[in-house]
Amino acid sequence: MTPADMAPADMTPADRGRAYRVVHRTEYRYDDEVTASYGRAHLTPRDAPGQWIRASRVDVVPRPHLLAESDDFFGNRSVYVEVHTPHERLEVTATSEIVVDRPAVDLASIDGWTWEQARDTVADWPALPATGDALGLPSEVDPVAAREFLLPSRRVGFGDGVAAFAAGTFVPGRPVGEAVRALVSRIHAEFTYRPGVTSVTTPLRDVLVRREGVCQDFAHLTVACLRHAGLPARYVSGYLETRPPPGQPKLQGADASHAWASVLLPELGWVDVDPTNDRLVDDDYVLTAWGRDYSDVPPLKGVIFTESTKSTLKVAVDVVRI
Amino acid sequence: MGAASGAFDGARDDGYGRYDAAARAVGAYAERVAALDGVDELVVVGGGADGGPSGGSGEAPGEVPGGTAATGSGHARAASADLAATVDLLGLPGLLARRAETARLVEDDGVTYGVSRRPGDPADGALSDGSVADGALLDAALLDGTERPVRSTPARWRLDPLPVVLDPVEWQAIEAAVAQRVEVLDLVLTDLYGPRDLLRRGVVPAEVVLGHSEFVRAADQIRLPGPRQLFMAAVDLGRDASGGWTVVSDRTQAPSGAGYAMENRRIVSRVMPGLYRDTRLERLRAFFHTVREGLQEIAPATAEAPRVVLLTPGPGSETAFDQSFLSTLLGYPVVAGSDLVVREGRVFVRAPGRLEPVDVVLRRVDAWFSDPLELRPESRLGVPGLLEAARRGTVSVANTFGAGVLENPGLLPFLPAACEALLGEPLRLPSAPTWWCGDPASRSHVLAHLDRLVVKPISRGVGRTSVFGWELSQARLDALRRRIEANPHAWCAQEQVPLSTAPVVTPHGLEPRRFLLRTFAVAKDGGYRLMTGGLGRVAARAGSTLVSSFSGSPAKDVWVLSPATATVLSIPPARQAPVGLPDLAPVPPVGEVVPSTRAAEDLFWLGRYAERAEDAVRVLRVLDDLAEDWTSRPGTPGNLSLRMLLRTVTRVTTTFPGFTGPGAGRLLDDPRPELLALVVDGTRAGTLAHAVDRTVEAAHAVRDQLSLDTWVVLGSLDRVLDEVRQAARDGVEQPLQPALARMLEGLLALAGLGAESMVRDVGWYFMDAGRRLERALQVAALLRHVLAPADDVPLPTAVEALVLESVLIAGESIITYRRRHQGRPRPGGVVDLLLADRHNPRSVAYQLERFADDLAHLPPETTPAGGAPAGRVEAREALAAVQARLREVDAAEVADPQALTATLAEVHAAITALAASFAQAHFVHAAPQRSLVGTPGWLA
Repeated sequence: MTPADMAPADMTPADRGRAYRVVHRTEYRYDDEVTASYGRAHLTPRDAPGQWIRASRVDVVPRPHLLAESDDFFGNRSVYVEVHTPHERLEVTATSEIVVDRPAVDLASIDGWTWEQARDTVADWPALPATGDALGLPSEVDPVAAREFLLPSRRVGFGDGVAAFAAGTFVPGRPVGEAVRALVSRIHAEFTYRPGVTSVTTPLRDVLVRREGVCQDFAHLTVACLRHAGLPARYVSGYLETRPPPGQPKLQGADASHAWASVLLPELGWVDVDPTNDRLVDDDYVLTAWGRDYSDVPPLKGVIFTESTKSTLKVAVDVVRI
Repeated sequence: MGAASGAFDGARDDGYGRYDAAARAVGAYAERVAALDGVDELVVVGGGADGGPSGGSGEAPGEVPGGTAATGSGHARAASADLAATVDLLGLPGLLARRAETARLVEDDGVTYGVSRRPGDPADGALSDGSVADGALLDAALLDGTERPVRSTPARWRLDPLPVVLDPVEWQAIEAAVAQRVEVLDLVLTDLYGPRDLLRRGVVPAEVVLGHSEFVRAADQIRLPGPRQLFMAAVDLGRDASGGWTVVSDRTQAPSGAGYAMENRRIVSRVMPGLYRDTRLERLRAFFHTVREGLQEIAPATAEAPRVVLLTPGPGSETAFDQSFLSTLLGYPVVAGSDLVVREGRVFVRAPGRLEPVDVVLRRVDAWFSDPLELRPESRLGVPGLLEAARRGTVSVANTFGAGVLENPGLLPFLPAACEALLGEPLRLPSAPTWWCGDPASRSHVLAHLDRLVVKPISRGVGRTSVFGWELSQARLDALRRRIEANPHAWCAQEQVPLSTAPVVTPHGLEPRRFLLRTFAVAKDGGYRLMTGGLGRVAARAGSTLVSSFSGSPAKDVWVLSPATATVLSIPPARQAPVGLPDLAPVPPVGEVVPSTRAAEDLFWLGRYAERAEDAVRVLRVLDDLAEDWTSRPGTPGNLSLRMLLRTVTRVTTTFPGFTGPGAGRLLDDPRPELLALVVDGTRAGTLAHAVDRTVEAAHAVRDQLSLDTWVVLGSLDRVLDEVRQAARDGVEQPLQPALARMLEGLLALAGLGAESMVRDVGWYFMDAGRRLERALQVAALLRHVLAPADDVPLPTAVEALVLESVLIAGESIITYRRRHQGRPRPGGVVDLLLADRHNPRSVAYQLERFADDLAHLPPETTPAGGAPAGRVEAREALAAVQARLREVDAAEVADPQALTATLAEVHAAITALAASFAQAHFVHAAPQRSLVGTPGWLA
């Protein structure tokens, strides 16, 4: 399959699914010539439960010498790009058509489990056969992946106040569904959403002190608390459809990348929660990739060869229903 | 009884606190040091007299030499008896003589380990482990190609003259056990980057692997062609009191030491010639043939004559000698990351004028530093796109990027079960009893016995290290306990294992030292072959528990006796010949790789600096001679010519102000201090010492391309300079002549090696081009500053004659001149002979002809896109113009002082421009590498 072409999807969802077109355009401008660019992108959504990819493509200007797609360790779709034409501007545009149809999730339905019981269920996995159904775990859950998302990772550590913060929510004997819901609501309530005060490299420690940040900070904090409580949790990147205020037209390029957390729970499997908006992930969301934290799935990273010392970056995202 | 454990990182322990600060201060360059090469430098062999909890020593010191290391069958006893007899015969004075001889050969062969900095260098003191932080800076400077900012002096390799002897029966047991272990490690590696059934089935707890820093997720599913994923491994073994061998560590990231092992053999065989001749032992060379062929085997199927390179972190790497010697033994070139480029998913060497495809990369750069696109973005040691190329199968990288996960001590408790599961047989080699703290029962055991165990994180990260429980205060034990409890999966602990000793020659006689044997295995024909022998290492001090190349542990040659010793007559003749000569078999074709642009540039500068040094010696010799005769006779023609030439030497060597500045009067009255400085002051560009330093540096950067004799010569140059410096420090007044004569000998030997011992390949033509350009420049500069002095004062005839005679001597043309001319030297004759005479090998015209010939042998002038690279045409035109100009120089021009001045200035400027345009045309550097971080500007 040539990723540059519109690829037909292998699977088609039921007609009732909601279809989106997502256009994610990234533009770098440099103040001097770049002789070679190497890039790796997590810009094309993956197949996931409740989400089907109808078509996706990545276009690069100048024309790339190589554009190759592969699946990464986590099963995300990843694109490798090489440009050897000298350039002062690099544009990467990912265009995807996705159908989503997520079943509604009721966290209260598992409140028969305390969070400790849920945690211990996970801890017992390695000694058991590959599937977890005997313990009320969905059979598609890979126990190795579950262990993976229990460990601290580069951007999600357990120190720096995370433990104390998590303990405030995960009090002994609390039902697990309630605890997860409370964690998400609490982060939403106690933290101020404020773009520009943090960057992709801001440590959780600073976020906890400042009590403000953006979606990936809140997603990291949620993941850290869940893992610290012993519940496997992963970082998810994607998009959220935004709606203009009533009576106003939707502006082009006004949407944005988004990030949230996903937690593995008994009976329910992986459940996606959005602490930035204090809600469960539903059909308003399009999922791109997941990993241990942001550093596993940055939308675009690269190495360039240039005398240039300055670059400016413009990102425009459109999430449109079709 | 004595005790030992396989703890790594110990030598860095005391440095770590400061190291952390340094890592922050010097950023990525310092941080990479910990991972550099993946060399383990550090083996802690615990217990014994150093206060291990069990106390005491397993062996009585001072046993029969070889007795502790050689046991078993009659062969070894006989060989050990021979060794013992040799030792007895030599006595202590003889042994010490052999020890000194060993040290001299180490110096002659330029065998180095690690890099020490000069005091005062910026990073000095920040890094106490003696490792190199400036390797990458050095790389950058080499790429810069002109002057190198940091002079790093590698430390000498240390080697004990007495070999350790192993008998064939014992060796066969080791061989089979190590081969089995490496096979298990290979199967584990294959599984971990494939189906991960071992984790799924719980044979190995998932966290042991998933929580290890060298589990490289980006390397998942990348496979080498052929059945084996672990190409090469080193297993460190120690022998316990019962005589059994125990694994102290596995080295799989990028195992080092095979080159050192071979070098040890080369030296010991020369130091102990009688013993070596009389002992039938297995040769090491066969192993390198196996590695060479093994690398061909793993090439992508599409490669018909696979081209193989060794990827180095740079000449500043701790094991740079090991790498370049290995490369020499394999016949594959050394390249740095910046020498390689990925285009359209394929790896190429940046060669002068073109890109040369590469099929196999033997990786000596740590995995995390080998691709800044997918791994550590700040690394300047890697190649962006290398991982993708490996993923696409266009290049085979060995060891695979993820192989470091096998160095994880947390795996040790689960290896026996993995062996049963994968091979259906028990694991033959035990390792130190190890507990992984992620397992609750093991954690309880560790926490209960914390004060008796070696505790270490499973990952060898920066800022973390092993600790010895028995050395910790109660407070520190409690702190350690809390750290383990907070993140138990990341920790493990080991018990100590007894370890035997080997005798080492010391000024006080033989001393027993704890001994470790590093064995090497390589994948070949579906199985594993071992080096028959290995790299022995012993503790630096008697009773010490630390065996560490960092801490100055001496190495030992390891002799494995040949089974043929006992049965030599029963072996059919056909079987005798191939011993040690497996290369008699037809070898598949190997793709030749031309030197990289970086190597070509280093060779060019090697030529330039070596010639600059030689020219400096010649001029300084003449000046020292004149100074000796005329300094104390002011007003004489001799004194005036001396002053004239002193001013000239400052201009030719550009060592301003020197004899030309405002304070020059005093120096001209007594030139000896400044002349001494021009010889020994390496900090001033233009001095002899500076040129020698740069020559040595350039030679280190292209070590794999040079004759081994080169190091004897370069070592002698350094020695002479050191002696002169020492004498100066001691306040000894001495003439420079003898030292300069010895320097000239060395530099002539270097030129001779270049002329007589190097194949005329592309690299040689670059080196010769450098030599020719430099000599042309030096001669042109000398003529210009002598015949058209800036002072512009006409010289009295008698003075001029003396000056011209000196120029002819420095230009090695005095004899020819006297044969051709009667009477005193005149400008016309001198210019004719040194500038325009195409038959005088010291003339400018001759250099340019040779340079033109060098140019003609350089690779076709095409860029990857086709067409000649910018600058090449200009370089050729510039050359033709200078040559034409030289042919036009006529008698009338020479006779007219003004015309001569203009001509010489013009020629000198033209050659300077030519050198610059040549460098610009051939040494095209990639623009600086920068990272684009992930998209900022996120919104909700």
